[in-house]
Amino acid sequence: MKKLLVLTTAMAGLALPGLAQEVTVMGWGGAYTASQIEAYHKPFTAKTGIKVTSVDADNPATPIKAQVEAKNVSIDVASVEIADAVRLCDEGLVEVIDAATLPPAPDGTPAVSDFIEGTLSECMIPTDVFSTVVAYDTSKFPSGGPKTIADFFDTAKFPGKRGVKKGAKVVLEMALMADGVPAAQVYDTLATPAGVDRAFAKLDTIKKDAVFWEAGSQPPQLLADGEVSMTIAWNGRIFNAAMADSKPFEIMWDGQVFEWEGWVIPKGAPNMEAALEFVKFSTSTEPLAAAANWISYGPPRKSSAPLVGTFKNEGKVPMSPHLPTSPENLTNALASSLEFWADHDTELNERFNAWLAAN
Amino acid sequence: MSVTDSLTTADGLPLRRALLRADRRARWRAFALVAPLLIFVVVTFLVPIGQMLHRSVHNPAFPDNMPRLTAWFGATPTGTQPDETAFAALAADLRDAAAARTVAIVGTRVNYDLPGTRSLFTSTGRKAAGLQPPYRDSLLKADAKWGDPELWAVMRAASSAYTPGFYLAALDLTREADGSITAVPPERQVYVPLFLRTFVLSAAITGLCLILAFPIAHLLATLPLRWSNLLMILVLLPFWTSLLVRTTAWIVLLQQQGVINSTLVALGILTDDGRLTMIYNQTGTVVAMTHVLLPFMVLPLYSVMRTINPAYVRAARSLGATSWTAFRRIYLPQTLPGIGAGALLVFILAVGYYITPALVGGASGQLISNLIAFHMQDSLNWSLAAALSALLLGAVVVLYWLYDRLIGIDNMKLG
Repeated sequence: MKKLLVLTTAMAGLALPGLAQEVTVMGWGGAYTASQIEAYHKPFTAKTGIKVTSVDADNPATPIKAQVEAKNVSIDVASVEIADAVRLCDEGLVEVIDAATLPPAPDGTPAVSDFIEGTLSECMIPTDVFSTVVAYDTSKFPSGGPKTIADFFDTAKFPGKRGVKKGAKVVLEMALMADGVPAAQVYDTLATPAGVDRAFAKLDTIKKDAVFWEAGSQPPQLLADGEVSMTIAWNGRIFNAAMADSKPFEIMWDGQVFEWEGWVIPKGAPNMEAALEFVKFSTSTEPLAAAANWISYGPPRKSSAPLVGTFKNEGKVPMSPHLPTSPENLTNALASSLEFWADHDTELNERFNAWLAAN
Repeated sequence: MSVTDSLTTADGLPLRRALLRADRRARWRAFALVAPLLIFVVVTFLVPIGQMLHRSVHNPAFPDNMPRLTAWFGATPTGTQPDETAFAALAADLRDAAAARTVAIVGTRVNYDLPGTRSLFTSTGRKAAGLQPPYRDSLLKADAKWGDPELWAVMRAASSAYTPGFYLAALDLTREADGSITAVPPERQVYVPLFLRTFVLSAAITGLCLILAFPIAHLLATLPLRWSNLLMILVLLPFWTSLLVRTTAWIVLLQQQGVINSTLVALGILTDDGRLTMIYNQTGTVVAMTHVLLPFMVLPLYSVMRTINPAYVRAARSLGATSWTAFRRIYLPQTLPGIGAGALLVFILAVGYYITPALVGGASGQLISNLIAFHMQDSLNWSLAAALSALLLGAVVVLYWLYDRLIGIDNMKLG
């Protein structure tokens, strides 16, 4: 049956080159996938005739490992965080993509210098810069919301439960920044046992008020239900809840921890050629800017920034102030460190799980 | 000589042989009938479980990708100081592994036992092509960590594909550099407390299910069929509803701004600041799982209770027993097979429950299955996940054996 399918697909491909092709793209679901469908999938199909099938996972890096190890790959392109991309790349589970083959900026700047410094890596082409921030419900704080990351840990001054990501990454960095560690020294501090103890001691102060979440769709829901008054969240999810459902949610940019994510192509992807074409198209200047109109994640190409318009192209809400990459949002910000988490992921998550389990 | 030897069938065969042949044919036919199911069970159940169990003691990441160093470890006794031969083997293996893009796999494997070493492998791997003899000096120059005796002890342990290391980790134990086994520091102990919590909570849920299900099942069994069928639908309806829907319904009911809290506040029983925390903790896990697993207790109890002749209890009453004595001495003992089946079913399901605690358990309501899922999906340490699963499986088998010894598995009636 499978052979027959392969054969017919191949024959269809011969008969109608370009038309019968398709590419399966795995995303994170929610508003994020919706933005990619609008900015990448639809224009790509319109331009090339290649059908794009969108599937979702909690974290696409997990199915990639499982599929490649089982030699049964069904995804052509997947959206993963940079840390996972580096890990998958190191373990040879995803293809190397030569950034030099990407289309240049409209003014002719080669892609390699158009992308923000440090965002390009061997196997991943970045699509957006996202940030983990603290968000709050303005109706819960009539006399003014939190101003600094330290306020998140101050339940006396700002009462209410706190939504906390269930995982060590970002949470420990925020705890240290709230404890007074400058952003530039966070990872040096966290590399020492005393620094780890310090971060967990800070977390202890809100443990009894914490509601832990796993999926990115949970924090806006927790805020909307009134279950928490303040939560750690991904900035795009909060922006969309505030816009689409007119919720009184505000983002506090102080202490934001930003990362970037992008496309990888799993080893043995069934439609390698179409996948590569999709990656090249979607990471060119205009689609990247278009995506920022649908979700508040910053475009990683410098040439995209001036093209960013208004929310859903409706002409009402300009997107630039809501992007993590905007200068006014970067006054106290931390770039997540790949090397640090590649080394300490196991150890710190183990400690985090032990901390969670202890009463 | 027996009678069958001297007798023959119509076509002259000795009767004994003809009987044996017919018997064999019948056995083969029976086997052919169960063969599809047997093959299905073996292929989809036994083989994957076997592979998973194998994975818990077998992790070939190091020996597969570092053959020369593995050979050196094999040729020298434990505790040997690494000499120039060892460093040369290490450098050559790192060079090959970097070229084959497998150096990070080795780094990840060693990182399980010695945190912070993954980048040592990847960064040295990138420079490995340029390493010159003497290798000891050039490796130490690349990174001083290569001289760490603990690293060499961990690499020696990882060099054998078969290792008890993941079971040690799953029991919060660790192996010291000198080979002795000790407990990890208290702030890193997670699995043993979680195993204990899983069993305690599962026992509590089983007890709650029994207390709630017993009167329901009794009512169902004694009502006229017309009414009991109607009530049975009320038991089965939630049973047919998606697990996620039922769990989410509990979130709506129990959360701080939820139905129950808001009703209590509206009635003036609670103040607005004193809303109860009934979800994202152990309470949430126990409440939601008790509800989800209740039908598994009701159904076996009901099927046993229906067969109990009401004349026995009436006879006891007419002979002067109080209603309590009649219940305790006559009715309850007859329901034991149902109680045993229901309790075992609910307990075993609860021990492996994953999605409900993940959604409503918060921090204090997590069970061991949530960490197994974490290692399957997030940390991708499948060997540790396999070791944890094997321990869980072993514990359930022991409990099953105890049950068989104490109550007897033949007494169980599942439906």
